[in-house]
This record gives sequence, C-alpha cells and structure tokens, in this order.
Amino acid sequence: MTSIGMAGNCGKDDRSDCLVTIELTRKGGLQIDLHSKVKALYGATILQDCRQALQFFGIEHARVQIEDNGALPFVLTARLEAALRQIADIQQEYLPPLLNVNATPTEADRRRRSRLYLPGNTPKLMLNAGLHQPDGVILDLEDSVAPAKKAEARILVRNALRAINFYGAERMVRINQLPQGLTDLDYVVPQRVNLILIPKCESGSQVEQVAAKIKTILFKNNLAYPIWLMPIIESAQGVLKALEIASAAPEVVALTIGLEDYTADIGAPRTAEGRETFFARQMVLNAARAAGLQAIDSVFSDVADTEGLQRVVAESKALGFDGMGCIHPRQIKIIHAGYAPSTTEIARACKIVIAFETAQAQGKGVVALGNKMIDAPVVKRALKTIQQAEQTGLLQPNWRENTI
Amino acid sequence: MKEQMIPNAAGRRVPTIINGQPHPPFQGIGKYRPSGRKAAPPIASCADYPPDGNKVVTDLKTALQKCGLKDGMTISTHHHFRDGDLVANALFDACAELGVKNLRWFPSAAFPCHAPLIKYLDNGVIHHIEGSMNGPLGDYCSAGKMKGVAILRSHGGRYQAIQDGEVHLDIAVIAAPTADAFGNATGDRGPSACGLLGFALADSQYADKVIIVTDNLIPFPCLPWQIHGNYVDYVVVMDKIGEPAKIVSGTTQITKSPDRLLIAEYAARFVAEAGIMQEGFSFQAGAGGTALSFSIFLAEMMREKHIKARFVRGGSNSYLVKMLEEGLTNYILDGQTFDLEGVRSMRENRGHINTSPFTSYNYHGKGNFASLVDVVVLGATEVDVNFNANVVTHSDGRLLHGIGGWQNCLFSKCTILPVPSFRDRIPVIVDNVTTLCGPGELIDVVVTERGIAINPRRTDLRAKLKDSSLPIVDIRDLKSEVESICGKPEPPHTAEKIVAAIKWVDGTVMDVVKAVMS
Repeated sequence: MTSIGMAGNCGKDDRSDCLVTIELTRKGGLQIDLHSKVKALYGATILQDCRQALQFFGIEHARVQIEDNGALPFVLTARLEAALRQIADIQQEYLPPLLNVNATPTEADRRRRSRLYLPGNTPKLMLNAGLHQPDGVILDLEDSVAPAKKAEARILVRNALRAINFYGAERMVRINQLPQGLTDLDYVVPQRVNLILIPKCESGSQVEQVAAKIKTILFKNNLAYPIWLMPIIESAQGVLKALEIASAAPEVVALTIGLEDYTADIGAPRTAEGRETFFARQMVLNAARAAGLQAIDSVFSDVADTEGLQRVVAESKALGFDGMGCIHPRQIKIIHAGYAPSTTEIARACKIVIAFETAQAQGKGVVALGNKMIDAPVVKRALKTIQQAEQTGLLQPNWRENTI
Repeated sequence: MKEQMIPNAAGRRVPTIINGQPHPPFQGIGKYRPSGRKAAPPIASCADYPPDGNKVVTDLKTALQKCGLKDGMTISTHHHFRDGDLVANALFDACAELGVKNLRWFPSAAFPCHAPLIKYLDNGVIHHIEGSMNGPLGDYCSAGKMKGVAILRSHGGRYQAIQDGEVHLDIAVIAAPTADAFGNATGDRGPSACGLLGFALADSQYADKVIIVTDNLIPFPCLPWQIHGNYVDYVVVMDKIGEPAKIVSGTTQITKSPDRLLIAEYAARFVAEAGIMQEGFSFQAGAGGTALSFSIFLAEMMREKHIKARFVRGGSNSYLVKMLEEGLTNYILDGQTFDLEGVRSMRENRGHINTSPFTSYNYHGKGNFASLVDVVVLGATEVDVNFNANVVTHSDGRLLHGIGGWQNCLFSKCTILPVPSFRDRIPVIVDNVTTLCGPGELIDVVVTERGIAINPRRTDLRAKLKDSSLPIVDIRDLKSEVESICGKPEPPHTAEKIVAAIKWVDGTVMDVVKAVMS
C-alpha cells in the first residue's frame, strides 16, 4: 500500500467535483488544507463534513488536502473515502442519507424509451440529469470510466444512488464486464439500484452469475426489493446466444444491443444506413419478444445531428424496438416523440379496444372489428398503445366518448 | 458635510455622502423627482476651431494637453470595443506621462483588458472608477484597494447622471472605428468596426472637451455619422484602436449546456403560454448563452405559429439578424452590436436601427423605449424569495459584473430572469440577495431548471399558467430545494469598508458593496 491516497478531479472543467489527497500521519491530529471556490460560503461546512467522515473511519492523524470546485457533500465524502481506501484497510462505508425518492422500486414493465448514459466518475453530469426527464439514467462504471478510476467511481456512484434526486427516472447502473462487474455489485446493490445493465453479455450463465450475486448481497444485507437486469449484446457470440441470454433469469426485463462494439466484432464499418447491423438488431428484437421482454436499441452518437436521430428512431420503432439509449439530454425529447404511437396507430387501437370491451360485455369469446377477426395479441398490443398514448398526453382519458 | 448611513426605501443601509458628494438614498420606484435644469457644456465659438474643419492633432498626449488636462479631472470612455479596447489603456499611459494625478475614470463599462490600469490606481494617476467593476478591476476594488468608492450605474443611469449634472465630464475620449477630420464618427465600418456608438452619445453632448480617436480617418464627410463632429474638439489617429476578434466577443455563443438549454426552453414556452408572444409583440434578450438560446427557441415557436414581432430590442447578433432578414420582426432597435453580422446588418438593413441610452434607458427623460417592451429576458447572479435580484456581485460579495442595461430593462411589461437554481454549489435562489440591484416588484418571473416561479404580484400571469404543463413552483420551495442540495451557505465575510455604491436608474443609492475579507 502506498502512503498517499488520492481521489477525484480538480481540472478547470471538473465542476462540482474535488480532488482529495490524504496522507496518514502518526501525530498532529487532522490537518486539513482546503482550497475551494465556495470557501466563503461553505468553508466551515466542508471542514466539518471532512472531520466527521475521518472520525467515522477512526482516523485521528492525517494530512488532508482538498482542491474543491463546488463538490456537493456526497461527492466530497465519496472522494475522501476513495482516497482513504487506497492507504488504509477499510471495511465500513460512509453513506450519505438515502433520499425517500430513492427508496422506491420500479415496475418490471415500466416505460424504457430513453435511458441517459452518465459517466460514473463525473458528478456534474449527474446532478441535473433527472430534470431532462429520461425514463432511466445509467450511472456508468464501464466504458466511460478510466481503468485507474474504477475504484473511486464505484464509491461515487454508490453515493449518487442515495443522494441525488433523479426526479422519477429509473436508476440504472452499467457494471463492468464480468468478472470485474461482480465486484461493482457489492457497492450498488444495497443502495436500491433499480436495474443493472450487463455489458458485453455473451451467455446465459453470465446473467445467472449476476442474478445470483445480487440475491446473495440482498440476503446478506437483509434487504428485499426487485433489481431488474438488462443484458447488452455487443458481439457476434452474444447475438447468436440472444434467446439464451433473454431467458436466463426472471429478473431480465429487457434486452439491448451495443452496435459500436458489435460492428467492430464482426469487422464491418458502421454506416448510417445500418445494413451491417440489421441481422443483429432483428436477433435481439426477436429474442426479447420470444422471452416476453422489452427490446431496446443502441445509442445514436452524433449529438448535433437531430435529424439523423429522428430518422434512426423512426426506423427503430418500425422494426419493433421500444426505446434506445441516449448520450445527451437533448436527445431525450426526440426519442420520446419518435417512439410515441402515431395518430393512425392510436385511432386503430381505440377501435380495437372498444370492440374488445363490447365483445366482453356481450359475453362473446370472439372479437370482431367490421368483418375482421381480432386475435388476443392484437388486443394486448392495442391496450399497450392506448396506455402509452394516455401517458404521453396524446390521448385524453375520456377518449371512449369520442371514438365511434 | 457629514457622512452618515441611513436605511433607504428598500431597507438597505446606504451612505448619504460618497466620495465627498451628496447622493440621495433610494426612495422607491418612481418616487424621486429632482428639480432644476439639465447640465450643459460651455458655449463654444467657431472662431476657436479651424475653418477648414481639420481638427486632427498629432497624438493623444497633445490632444489631452490642448483640452487642459489637470489633476482631479473626470475622463470618460465607452465600451463598444468590449475586451478588445486599446484606447483606455493608451489614454491613461498618456495621462501618466503628463504627470497628472487623481483622475476619475468614467467608462460605460470596463473589461479584463483594462487590467493594466491597476498600476495607475496604485500610483494615484487614477483616483477611482465609476463604471462597471468586473474581472481584475473588480477584484482590486473588492479587496478595498481603490482610494475612492466605485459607483456603479446602469447604462440609463450613466446617461441620467451626466445629463442631470451629477457627473461632470471634463474630457470625453471616444474611440471611433471610422471618422473624418471634422470629428464626425461612426462605428459601423472600418477595421475596428463595432456597430454603433450609442454609449458615447451623452459624453459627446455634455463633456467640456471631446476627443475622437480613430484608426480609420476618411475624407469629410463620414457618412452616416453617429457622433456629430460639431461636438468634437480634437481628432487623433492611432495605428490601431481595437482588437477586432475581441470586439465581437465570445459572449454571443449559444450555450451547449443541456441545463441552460432547458432553462431557455422553459422561458420561451412561458412567453408563449402567457400569451405574450402574439402578432406585433416585442422582446429583448441579453447577450448571455441562455438568453441567446431563448431567442432561438422563441423564433422557432414564432415560425410555427406564424407570429411576427414588431420590434426586437437588443444587443444585436447573428440570430436576431436572421430573424430580421427572415421577416420574423420588422425592426431591431439595437443598443449594442455583439457580432459582425450585427455590424453588417446595421450598415445594410433599414430595419436595423441604432439607438442609445437616451432613447432606450434614460429614466430622466420623457419616457424611454425599455418600458414599451413586452418581455425582457435577463441574467442575475442571485434572486431572493422576494424576487429581488443581484447582478453585480458573487454570493460571496465579490464584484463580478457591471449593471449594464439590466436595471433599465426591468421596466419592461414582463421581466423574466432565466437562471440556474445553483451554480457549482453556489445557490442562486437565496433568502436575501447579497447586493440589491433590482427591486422584486419589477421582477415577474424566475425560470430555473428546477421550476418556474411567478411573482405573487402577477396574479394575471399566475392565472394564465394555471393549467400549464410547465413546472410552476413557489419560489420559497425552490429555495428550500436548492438548500437541501447545496446546504445552507454562510453569510459573506465582508469588512465594514464600503468599496462600491449601486445606483438606481434615477440616481438614488440602492445598495453598497463592502470589501471582501480574503
């Protein structure tokens, strides 16, 4: 173990973050050197928070340096804990208070049209993420975090799951590839995370491992709440095993695909038309549907190209996908609009549902619209369309009065 | 005269004497009515000016000498070149060489490029500054190092102070992108083109002596002239008066921050849902990134609904020019040109009108344009639960910005402040603003990423937005939420020493800024 621990960031653009350096000493008490742009407003609070955390860990003598750029308390203590873990054998976790809003589990079949990726070691992007109203936020421990920063990101993400109000977005975490990802679970599972994304998933057994580890952690901590799984398929192997992956555990609620890695794996350049990924998307979609899951598309990486995004969303919806990932908040609205049912779809769904309800009222087993028979799955899809339309305000709750 | 501190109508304790001169305390909006006549420069005679109209002298030093520069005088400049200004520094270099002391610098605004003037504040060439205090000069002043007290005025307040004789200008130095030898001058062309020269209007009209400094001397007549040569005493030619890249500065970039875009979008939707955006309406938006994005969102909605504005007041920039050229507005009433597209449009488009603090902002006039505007969108560093706002200091009490046209614009029919609820842990929505610049009764709506607060006085707006899908919140709830995220801030650590006074648009003292303990 080295003698100096260091965690966090303090570059010019690392707003809402801080860099904490700790050296354990034999005597002299706690010497805290604070440089902060908010020192005039929060200097005393920061010092107090810092002392309290060190006392919690039983540290009596240390030299601490804090370069602060407006870090909120849960960020400061995450950085402090991460720095301390590098130089001391620490088992306890110094947790910020859990916000009430973060204690609520999510439904298996809730809407997942958009999920916003947030780099797991960048606090400034997390704080207001929920205000942009994505269906879900992904605190990412995988690709957006540098290998040397993985350990501190886990602690930051852990604290963020407790302390940030995401205003109703489903709180998701993308863990690292297994086996590293299994360690990530220790940090996030006890914090009432709603959903775990399993990256580069290639077999059902990987899903089983994650599901089993989650169960163990919950049991050990005497906790009981659902944590859903969304495997990400990003390779030829994964595509061919899609159905196995989709059916591997009852906690799996959706299957998604990562096309950057996939195209690299099959050796095809990624194009705007996307012919090279058509097979993979169809496989994932069909596997998801066969297993009764949601099918979620990849991300669109050119943030500035809103027209391109609209095109991709329209195509994705036409293929049957329920949603896609986003890498910038400005994509959310376009995605929600794109996956919303069209007016023709809604009108048709209204007719089907009314025909269904009429048949039920008359005790008929067969639903008919005009002289066409309507199958049960069609009714089910129509009900889902109505639900979506009502939720997005495209349909008034009293629509039955206006449908002939 | 004995200086004493008394509470003004806004409840702030202010001095009655500043820099040895009496200043009335703020008495409420529209309450202070001065009497008497306006100031005027001395009567001049053509007999004292060259009949061939050639007022060119060899250099700035000569011109200053001919103007009778001496200790304790007030010298004014203007800020159309923003951070690209080269004239103010050259001016005080010349003053220093002439060995004068204790000058009062009266700029319409100062910028970081004026940091070299700190040495003249140190060595006594400049006694104090009355103008905006930001960047290194703001830090210097906040640290309590300036000999006199800075007086911060709005653009309209600056015109009012000159016109009312509250500030007597001995010498005005006007940097002009193009001028003729008679002193006719314009800002809309030349290598240092900056658009208009409206901020220098009062200086040209009221100063005892007026010097034009240009790097583009053309044969008489300089057409169109924005400054009348008939006000001008001397013309000086310099190699270069401004850095063009910094004149049209980077403040006119639209924001990429998703949170600020969200705020701008909320503000634009508010304007539409409140029924303000209707055929023939008018608006004004500042130069900051959020305000620019507001204009873009608003323009988009105007296009969709086929609504045209009668006029847009600005701060012109390429986005407003596009609206003008597209027919989304009949006129731009321009007060300050922020980019080269604005400059070009001013030269070429008859609907692009140049205005001045006299027409737009002067409170001691027979009306002004600012109060005719249907909706204005402005920034702020802090807003409190009574809708009072701060625009000049940081929450820690340090001087940060000038007032600009901000106070004057508050008289618009609807004033909206789109601001983040906090910035890197620094709360923007607070219990009580650190420095009072705008009274809450003139501020109607505060738009943040965490919700929109409507001033309880505006029952009409509250009623209109009753069923809106926009997140309408109580400003006290907003403050509580911010405090739950950031924590309760400590009060600013300030010393007793007053370093700056904030004037209201009518020349009364609204608040003071104290030195910050480092």
